[in-house]
Amino acid sequence: MSVQGPLPDLILSWRADGLSVYFAVVILAVSAVTFVYSVGHRAHQQSFSGSAVLFVVFAASMLGVVFAGDAFSFLLAWETMSLTSFALVLTDHRRPGVRESAWLYLVMTHTATACVVVAFLLLARASGSLEFAAWASAAGSLDQISASSVFLLALVGFGTKAGLIPLHVWLPRAHPIAPAHVSALMSGVMIKLGVYGLIRLVFEWLAPGPLWWGGLVLALGAVSAVLGVLYALMEHDLKRLLAYHSIENIGIIVMGVGTALSARALGADAVVAVGLAAALFHVANHATFKALLFMGAGAVDAATGTRDLEQLGGLARRMPYTAAFFLVGSAAISGLPPLNGFASEWLTIQSFLSLGRVASPAVAQLVPLFAGGALALTAALALACFVKAFGVGFLALPRSPRASSAHEAGPLELGAMAALALACVAVGLGAGPVVAAIGALVPAAAVGSIAEAPGASASLSSSVSSGQVSLPALAGMLLALGLAAATLPRILGPVRTRASETWACGVALHPIHQYTSTAFAKPIRLMFRDIVRPVRDVEVIRRSGTRFVASVRYSAHIAPVYERYVYDAFTSRLVQAAQLIRRAQNGSLQTYLAYVFVALLVGLVLAR
Amino acid sequence: MNGSIAAFAISVAQLAVLLAVAPGLTGIIKRAKAWLQGRHGPPILQPYFDLAKLLRKDAVVSEHSSLITRAAPPVYAAAMLSAATIIPAIWVPAPLGGLGDALAVVGLLTLARFSLALAGLDGGSAFGGMGSSRDVAVAALAEPVVLLAIFAVAWRTGTTDVSGSASWLADHPSDTLAPSQPLAPAPMLIAIIAETGRAPAENPDTHLELTMIHEGMLLEYAGRPLGVLVWASQLKQLVLFSVAIALFAPFGMARAPSDLPVALVAFGAKLVMLGLVMALVESSNAKLRILRVPELLGAACALAMLALVTEVFVG
Repeated sequence: MSVQGPLPDLILSWRADGLSVYFAVVILAVSAVTFVYSVGHRAHQQSFSGSAVLFVVFAASMLGVVFAGDAFSFLLAWETMSLTSFALVLTDHRRPGVRESAWLYLVMTHTATACVVVAFLLLARASGSLEFAAWASAAGSLDQISASSVFLLALVGFGTKAGLIPLHVWLPRAHPIAPAHVSALMSGVMIKLGVYGLIRLVFEWLAPGPLWWGGLVLALGAVSAVLGVLYALMEHDLKRLLAYHSIENIGIIVMGVGTALSARALGADAVVAVGLAAALFHVANHATFKALLFMGAGAVDAATGTRDLEQLGGLARRMPYTAAFFLVGSAAISGLPPLNGFASEWLTIQSFLSLGRVASPAVAQLVPLFAGGALALTAALALACFVKAFGVGFLALPRSPRASSAHEAGPLELGAMAALALACVAVGLGAGPVVAAIGALVPAAAVGSIAEAPGASASLSSSVSSGQVSLPALAGMLLALGLAAATLPRILGPVRTRASETWACGVALHPIHQYTSTAFAKPIRLMFRDIVRPVRDVEVIRRSGTRFVASVRYSAHIAPVYERYVYDAFTSRLVQAAQLIRRAQNGSLQTYLAYVFVALLVGLVLAR
Repeated sequence: MNGSIAAFAISVAQLAVLLAVAPGLTGIIKRAKAWLQGRHGPPILQPYFDLAKLLRKDAVVSEHSSLITRAAPPVYAAAMLSAATIIPAIWVPAPLGGLGDALAVVGLLTLARFSLALAGLDGGSAFGGMGSSRDVAVAALAEPVVLLAIFAVAWRTGTTDVSGSASWLADHPSDTLAPSQPLAPAPMLIAIIAETGRAPAENPDTHLELTMIHEGMLLEYAGRPLGVLVWASQLKQLVLFSVAIALFAPFGMARAPSDLPVALVAFGAKLVMLGLVMALVESSNAKLRILRVPELLGAACALAMLALVTEVFVG
């Protein structure tokens, strides 16, 4: 389909293939649920009417990105997506810090777009067209250096949108300040479009490249996954914590993409399929549970007026439904069977083993195997983080009056969360058919053996490294054995269950006796202190003239490593260069007249 | 139809055997430790007496707790019972092995940990929180080790399926002498030490709040739910031992009904040996400070990576 653009010869063309349909399904499903949530959430949002229109434009522009058929339409939709999301982030622009963070987002997203534009121009020059179809048919025409340049530019451009470390700094700042439904859509869907762009560009418009492309993507994914979850553990702002988890999950998705890319360089189509299927599957899964968790965080924020875990607690009794849905989301993102997060992480690990089998030389075989270790570390740390988020935020005693006066979210918000929680369970149980459907939509991701596996409709299996899991059967077994464990001891006779006070060494239990979020993460903070660089300030104020302590002020944060060493280094160079130019710009009229005169002379000499 | 009934019967029988043996294994390890430390120690059957008593006693739950406290014991038990059903212990291949491979077993262990760690925080006591916090931190380091060890075996046997892997190794016994094979079990054993809360990663005998991890999370439990949790964590230890046996020394497992007596004896002997190794390690090592546990697990991780390197380059 094509539309005549505003300028002559400018045609906006749109097309749909399996990959775009798959992403469109994710976009539409999450947007629809999020919109229902936002209608229920509007009581807490002053400027809703304006943002509702923006919200729809935002969702539509994301659809535009995946259905674009040429470079111009793609960039038009891409920019609309960036600008509307920027405006949505600014919804609460009167709160301190919001404008600065939104500004950072704007700058970074445009730097990313610049990289994408350059990559597109290189592709357009090689194929002589702006049409994506022409790029796909001219895939082999780029020489090795241009192809690698296009790949690296796309990696930076789309990687910034996706939030890969070290291009992530905008993400943990922009996502938390946006309203909950916007964060849900940005974290759940928008950042995935960076992955979409990368897959589209590398797998369709470039010929199979050298092995290091895949290795680089795999390594970046592993770094993002491990560091993302470590930074998440250091947070006690619920939405920032979730934002860092988006970086982690993008890392897991990108590890799948890297596996597929390496396999493509090796010509192993079966492994390309497993890697790509794992990545695409995790895209949908992360969209589901991350949108759910952001909605839960929004409901908590609305009920208590704070997102600080240290101020929360006891919400499971005050908002039981929100707590239940948040628990499902936490279990899914921690990769617990039989939910969807486990299914896609399982497939990702299988893809590493498959890649290891086909890789050569032998050193290259080790890379995916060690990546498996990184993924295991990531999953275990994610579990720690969500035990912290749910345990500190929702369980035991409320830590502040605001938490103790919390109230349950409204029916629309709960309905939206229920739908996504159900999706987490359903997609987990139906992992086999879902992966088969991904394969049907995206032929390159068709995992051949799923149909051959015994119990075909139910189990996930990977032919290349052979291993299988059947989540519906496992779920049934868990349910049956859980019921047995709960009921069978009754044959020994009835027992009474009495409620009593928690033992607090002889004093009445007070909320400050509870383990805090900061304390919970302390072992991990200290174990990984060389990576996360915690900074701890303890200030003891004594009463004048005595040894008695009047107050102790404790603050802890982690050093902003990327801002300090990567971005500040870059911006300070930029400022230095600007200072040089400034010498010529001295503001004196005579100097400027001299410049004009010199320019005229030079012009005359050249034109002679 | 007959086949599936037989498969179901074998699985249930295995589950029953493991469930029955689990407290005994703990009893043997306790007795062996006492003997190594020059004490008399409790009778081997003591864990059974304890369970019988706990399961009949009334429960007390914290008045601040939520449903999590009540749900955690059945969830924890369900995860461990499921794992015990799908792994091959005495009979190979395990009839229900197709339900989940080694990664699924790791997933079930994670599910159990998630439920218990949340329960630790649910009562509002600092000790529970401390236990949860340390448990998830230690597990975060142990999990990559387990996965890399699984990879080392899967690389050789061509499958992440525990039963498939065990059958393959039983058919290719000479492969257990390959240079990489002695390297992989060591990190697995260290990870098991950490997962089962044994010295030097933790002290299972302590009741001093500041040093306990697993016990800290159980602190708010009493009576029947405590009994369920204690039994399930004994089963967890047995499951981990069985997985290690199936992955590294699957010899003598039954493939036909006539093999059963030998298989039972072999399984028992291997369990007792592993238990004695644990007792020896525990008695000869002091508990590490929590912040030095990463050194132990880091070494295990390095060993597991070395096993993989050897596997890839040497064979």
